[in-house]
Amino acid sequence: MGRFLASRLLQAIPVILAVITVTFFLVRVAPGGPFDSEKAVIPEVKAALEAQYRLDQPLFSQYLAYLGDLAQGDFGPSFKYPGRSVNELIGAGLPVTAELGLYALLIATLIGGLAGVIASLRPNTPQDYVPMALAMIGICMPTFLLGPLLVLVFGIELEWLPVSGWGDIPGDKILPSITLGAAYAAYIARLSRAGMLEVLSQDYIRTARAKGLPEWQVVVKHGLRGGLLPVVAFLGPAFAGLLAGSFVVETIFQIPGLGRFYVQAAFNRDYTMILGTTVFLSTLIVLFNLLSDVLAASLNPRLRHQYQTGGMP
Amino acid sequence: MALLEVRDLGVSFVTRNGVNKAVDGISFDVEAGKITAIIGESGSGKSVACYSMLGLVPMPPGRIDGGSAHFDGQDLLQMSEAELRKIRGRDIAMIFQDPMTCLNPFMRIGEQMIEPLVLHRGTSKAEAMERAIELLGEVGIREPASTINCYPHEFSGGMRQRVMIAMALINEPRLLIADEPTTALDVTIQAQILQLIAELQKSRDIGVIFISHDLAVVADIADQIAVMQEGRIVERGDREAIFSHAEHPYTQKLLSAIPSGGKENAQAHDDTLVRVRNLKTWFHSGEETVKAVDDVSFEIRRGEILGMVGESGSGKSTIGRSLLRLVPVTGGEVEFDGVDVTALEGTALKDMRRRMQMIFQDPFASLNPRMTVFDTLAEPLLLHGIETRKSVSQAVLKLMDDVGLMRSAVRKYPHEFSGGQRQRIAIGRALATRPEFVVADEPVSALDVTIQAQILDLMEALGREYGLTMLFVSHDLAVVKHLADRIVVLYQGRIVEQGTGDSLFANPQEPYTQRLLGAIPGRHLL
Amino acid sequence: MNTEVIQDIAQAEEGTSLWQDAWVRLRKNHLAVLGLVVLLFMIVIALLTPWIAPYAYDAQNLDLGATPPSAAHWLGTDVFGRDLLTQIMYGGRISLAVGFIATSVALLIGVSWGAIAGYVGGRTDAIMMRLVDILYALPFMIFIVLLMVVFGRNVILLFLAIGAVEWLTMARIMRGQMQSLRQQEFVEAAVSLGLPPATIIRRHLVPNALGPIIVYTTLTIPSVMLLEAFLSFLGLGIQPPQTSWGLLISYGAETMEEYPWLLIYPGLTLTITLFSLNFLGDGLRDALDVRGSKD
Repeated sequence: MGRFLASRLLQAIPVILAVITVTFFLVRVAPGGPFDSEKAVIPEVKAALEAQYRLDQPLFSQYLAYLGDLAQGDFGPSFKYPGRSVNELIGAGLPVTAELGLYALLIATLIGGLAGVIASLRPNTPQDYVPMALAMIGICMPTFLLGPLLVLVFGIELEWLPVSGWGDIPGDKILPSITLGAAYAAYIARLSRAGMLEVLSQDYIRTARAKGLPEWQVVVKHGLRGGLLPVVAFLGPAFAGLLAGSFVVETIFQIPGLGRFYVQAAFNRDYTMILGTTVFLSTLIVLFNLLSDVLAASLNPRLRHQYQTGGMP
Repeated sequence: MALLEVRDLGVSFVTRNGVNKAVDGISFDVEAGKITAIIGESGSGKSVACYSMLGLVPMPPGRIDGGSAHFDGQDLLQMSEAELRKIRGRDIAMIFQDPMTCLNPFMRIGEQMIEPLVLHRGTSKAEAMERAIELLGEVGIREPASTINCYPHEFSGGMRQRVMIAMALINEPRLLIADEPTTALDVTIQAQILQLIAELQKSRDIGVIFISHDLAVVADIADQIAVMQEGRIVERGDREAIFSHAEHPYTQKLLSAIPSGGKENAQAHDDTLVRVRNLKTWFHSGEETVKAVDDVSFEIRRGEILGMVGESGSGKSTIGRSLLRLVPVTGGEVEFDGVDVTALEGTALKDMRRRMQMIFQDPFASLNPRMTVFDTLAEPLLLHGIETRKSVSQAVLKLMDDVGLMRSAVRKYPHEFSGGQRQRIAIGRALATRPEFVVADEPVSALDVTIQAQILDLMEALGREYGLTMLFVSHDLAVVKHLADRIVVLYQGRIVEQGTGDSLFANPQEPYTQRLLGAIPGRHLL
Repeated sequence: MNTEVIQDIAQAEEGTSLWQDAWVRLRKNHLAVLGLVVLLFMIVIALLTPWIAPYAYDAQNLDLGATPPSAAHWLGTDVFGRDLLTQIMYGGRISLAVGFIATSVALLIGVSWGAIAGYVGGRTDAIMMRLVDILYALPFMIFIVLLMVVFGRNVILLFLAIGAVEWLTMARIMRGQMQSLRQQEFVEAAVSLGLPPATIIRRHLVPNALGPIIVYTTLTIPSVMLLEAFLSFLGLGIQPPQTSWGLLISYGAETMEEYPWLLIYPGLTLTITLFSLNFLGDGLRDALDVRGSKD
């Protein structure tokens, strides 16, 4: 297993490096310099600013310097807010986004997984149709529509729950978490249903029944592990999706998280900020993908065996 | 009183298209200490009958129409699911056809084996493990104490079936239902498993239901035989009675479908059509090199049928594909009518392909599912300019007549045919180009036994009519002996022995050939 | 050809191809048929919009302002007094176009890439699929946001960017199809008949690989439309004076407290369209008996 982990980590490094490189040059070749818009900047001041942000150096040495900073964990300063660094903003936004993401992921996996398993036990009956219909709604109802609608119904009409904020008023974390988690609960419900149906039709399930095991043990002991494997493998992509979803949810509910900072930076064309957060978020996603791959592999003895003997799947 | 008495058991499947009677009022007994074989082809209802008694047929769509199945005086059909669960895995255990898929790939075999013991007897895990280790030793697994912690994929097919058997026996059941337990295995492994089942059954004095499609397989071990056809038992009796004087025509048909006897007159010419010298076909997977075919030399005379026998992994199929340039050859020569095939390119290769054709194993995979019979048969004719667009229809119909297909089916698609009919289409396609040489790669192993006999007869007749030279590849020595003029025995990519069928059977020289011959099920019938 | 043969062929029973079988199965699936009908309706409306829209696209009526649905304005008006139905119709043109064009881009790149890798095999395959694996690991959602920020909100760029993300899965599916088909005996049979590679691809490989491609294409369109709407909602996709369903939802969300219809109707339209596509995709998956494709 260690070898597999190491080899996957080694593969992740060029990916992350590629992300940094592409992002860096994309941002730099973007039309218009960061200080062009500012009116009446005295040439000396502009030069000083450019020197501060190393803009006076050749592009490639800027790149190397940036890599050097990154290696020390320094994501650089903000263009728009002198004195604030990308690190500070990440430090402020990350805990909020992480908490929101965690709740959403819990909702998605628990509710989605449960719904999928329940549906798979009696396919083509109401026990299957109802959760799957709900899942279909979840997939077709985008986050940016579900959020406002939930606000409209539960916040404005019924006045049951707060409509914005994070951790200010009790209950204000409920709507954002549901909004973010709903679509992924739907995906996971469909995935786990398909996975369970596949597994429950396998010969070894018949073997388990022939042993006289009660049905719940057949499902739990013999079915779940194989049936939920696709869900585990999906957690990586789901994480990336949740991060992107947090842009929307944090905007709708005015939550001071990373996603909102990112969108604001995009609007302000705060290039260092975009660069820094992109690199940071991308690295997170790449690592999370890796984690879910490793987890899925470790749950599958056959894959595990392959990795141990050095072969690739 | 018999251990199991089944009377008038009926099982149906209710689908949207109507009610399908899978089992139609069957009766049979299973005595303690005896093996009762239920024989039938696919769809005869033999498995459904046994599964339904144990509540393993999903209902709906399944439905018990009536009858009784008294096990130990209690009617299984009247029991609730909870009561049946207490019997399953404790008093009645099962083993299944495909040992590769019947064990849970996510659990260590030890965990799986002890489940019935812990569940039904409340044995502690540690004690159950000890018992499991003991049983693994008994079924012939080496170093059971350490292998018990392995996962199923770490075992070969035969070993997995041994594990399945040990797991079935862990509660010392009184009835064992074995559903085609050797069908997925190589012949030599099949012989071992059959012997193991017979031994365990004798030493434990348990009753066994042995479900199989193959009369020959149970010829040595069954005490009682019941023959099923379309949901009914058409004949039932002692083994001797069935084999010596079967009364029902279907049973007689099954018996006559067991290939027997050798080929009589060799009509081969003296000149050599195919000459293979030092053929090597190696595959690379990662850093490993698999020597599928390793330095093989043989010759086939014009008009001869050469049988090629070997178990899985012997390289027999790869040789056939190497001759036809379907896989890249690593070394050696394949001479066809004096021309080295391995060096051909372009038009010369295309022309050679017309003269050498192949019949494949799986009639479900060997036909393009999106082409009609007409398109499939017309394609080679048009490609090689044998017929024009105008004359091709007539040629296609002629081919269909030759392989015994109804002309009216010419515009149908493969999925609308049965396995045997599909194989006829595939044979028609192979013969369309009027080849001189045909490689037949296990052409009947995917078919039911009675269909097998029909296709073999067809191939024999067409071989004569078209004056074919043939390489007939099979795992089944009996089939090969029936058809081939000479036989080549392969083992791990090399030829271990060759000779005429009679000499090989009468006087095998190599230990492997001897083992292979000894493993032929029901060999005394041959 | 003699007359007997002609008769025999003419009298032969017509077979049912797998496509016909699939079509029969699909027609039995009411949800899928409904999805197809709704989708076709949406497409026709979108194509005819310039002629059948009740008002001009840029017609404002500042005196009127935002009004709830009425006889004159079936779905109401926005704060500028613009007819919402007209806005939704024009927005649909963009949303559907993005969905179909970006999916076509993905289809074109992905299918060719996957087909080549799968057919050629060996080293070429290893290199090509390695590249797909690496690209797969990239966080594309973030990249698209970045692209839109850097190069401005450009519809063409949006097509390309979304297409560039979605082709990866398409390539994987096509390659998997090719690989499994190549090992099928009927393809070996075609080789042993001496058919040239082009004919083998055209007659034997492509028709059999088509099922999963059709299904996945149908399921890609809604996810692309969702992506476009997501970007537009954030203000990073389509920008005025053009509009799209995502953009309309974004405006609607800003004013939903006072004018809820501005959120509800565009949202409903988008959701119904996505429903239709997903139902159709699921129906096709069942009808064509495609298993194991990405959910």
